[in-house]
Amino acid sequence: MESLLIQYLPILIFLGIAIVFSLVFVGAAVLIARQNPDEEKLSAYECGFEAFEDSRHQFDVRFYLVAILFIIFDLEVAFLFPWAVALGSIGVFGFWSMMIFLGVLTVGFVYEWNKGALEWE
Amino acid sequence: MLPGDLSIIMPEIILAVFAMVGLLVGAYGGKDKTGPAMLWATAVLFIVLAAWIGFQGAGTAHAFLGMFVDDAFARFGKVTVLLSAAVVLLMSESYMARRNLLRFEYPLLVALAVVGMMVMVSAGNLMSLYMGLELQSLALYVIASLRRDSVKSTEAGLKYFVLGALSSGLLLYGASLVYGFAGTTQFLGILAVVGIDTSLGLLFGLSFVIAGLAFKISAAPFHMWTPDVYEGSPTPVTAFFATAPKVAAMLLFARVVHDAFGGVTDDWQQILAVLSVASMFLGAVAAIGQRNIKRLMAYSSIAHMGYALMGLAAGTAAGVEAMLIYMAIYVVMNIGTFAFILSMEKDGSPVTDIETLSMLSRRDPMRALAMLVLLFSLAGVPPLLGFFAKYAVLLAAVEAGLTWLAILGVIASVIGAFYYLRIVYLMYFGADENELDTGGSTMLRVIAMASAAIMVLGLWNLFGVEGVAKAAAATLVN
Repeated sequence: MESLLIQYLPILIFLGIAIVFSLVFVGAAVLIARQNPDEEKLSAYECGFEAFEDSRHQFDVRFYLVAILFIIFDLEVAFLFPWAVALGSIGVFGFWSMMIFLGVLTVGFVYEWNKGALEWE
Repeated sequence: MLPGDLSIIMPEIILAVFAMVGLLVGAYGGKDKTGPAMLWATAVLFIVLAAWIGFQGAGTAHAFLGMFVDDAFARFGKVTVLLSAAVVLLMSESYMARRNLLRFEYPLLVALAVVGMMVMVSAGNLMSLYMGLELQSLALYVIASLRRDSVKSTEAGLKYFVLGALSSGLLLYGASLVYGFAGTTQFLGILAVVGIDTSLGLLFGLSFVIAGLAFKISAAPFHMWTPDVYEGSPTPVTAFFATAPKVAAMLLFARVVHDAFGGVTDDWQQILAVLSVASMFLGAVAAIGQRNIKRLMAYSSIAHMGYALMGLAAGTAAGVEAMLIYMAIYVVMNIGTFAFILSMEKDGSPVTDIETLSMLSRRDPMRALAMLVLLFSLAGVPPLLGFFAKYAVLLAAVEAGLTWLAILGVIASVIGAFYYLRIVYLMYFGADENELDTGGSTMLRVIAMASAAIMVLGLWNLFGVEGVAKAAAATLVN
């Protein structure tokens, strides 16, 4: 148990540093920075919606569709980065694995394009 | 290494490639004209693959460093899943076509779900387990809400999705604990660690994994989504939910507890016994108040999962064998019952209220008789097959020293018999004659009657399922 906990020590240290740094930044902003607040500056940034209001109101479901379609390709890039870095050591097998993965994604992309999911109107 | 691996998972690859090609054909083939053809192509491919897998030689093969296992147990599951999915597709054609739901996506989503199920029953690693489970679940969420203009169907899809995501979360949390304490995600590796040093963390992980899997097979107390999803989904989709995914999840359950945690049988036995008792009693009692036959079948499936879990809880090869037989019989009974439910129509539109079955025996005696046999079998009345399914699991539980569990199972089955028999009562001695349409599609009639016939004819030798199940169980438990 002891040795197991020691393995997690770097995380604890990291946590400590993170807490200290964040306190420093917040504290410095309160103490040093020039304060000139207005209503817009104090409101939370909420990408188009009012931050504090009834959440049960209608909005266009197409926002969600676009977001969902986007996230697939966002994740694809997240996979491509480590693959590109490691390509030298994973060789032909790794190359073709990714090509097949991209092929599967392309099938989905062709389908959603053909179905008109990418058109706003 | 690679060509050998690929040849082992060839059936899955073929099915996945078929689904993708079908998607492109459908997308370019214009407006939904491809639906019926796609449905038939998918069903035929299912049957061909089932035959291929079924007639493959014996033996065990591991692919991708043990990620994927091909053994008698997996083959049993795959054949059951493929055949039941094919029959459900065929019996959904007329219903879906008439309600304008027969888009080409429907059979393709079923195909993708089946790929997921095939990976599930072959999983040899927590990674491939999760991959198969998610592939299956994501396809199922979509087909639950296939009827986009119906509030109930979208509600079913959303509920299924939210609760399914929750269960996936539980399962993943458990898997991460197991990995953390065992140092491997490989089932064989976990088995080796579990045997030597059973840490508390590992058992925590096991409990969470079991909870996640119990969601998927809708065992009480993780059953809450089942009635709503069954009721809201289009009826053919409900029929699909009640059959193939249940088999796949149940077999995956067996594989996890035996392949990965075979060394701590006593620990998971208690959990499974509690899940089993809760499911049997909840399924039996809660169904009594149901007037909607789809909700009733939801509770019925919860109860049946309880019995299948009883076989698993025995923790022996005989228990796994009993569970496999139970699932095979359960699937056949359910397909027949849902074929009957699909043909329940009044003035051309589907009804699900059980009162509409009043005095059906007078106007459509053959159909009523088929349903009578199926309901008796579901209730476990001898000498139908459903009785022998229950007998097998009860026997396995008694032999494993779980006599109390078997006794509770018998009590629950007596309570549960009430609601099956009430439908029989309505059909034969109902109060007033109801104008339920007679006839219905030939396909549905044939399937319902064939399934009822199997319940009777299977008495001789269970069509050889027993021997196959024994071999399958022997590869899993040793």
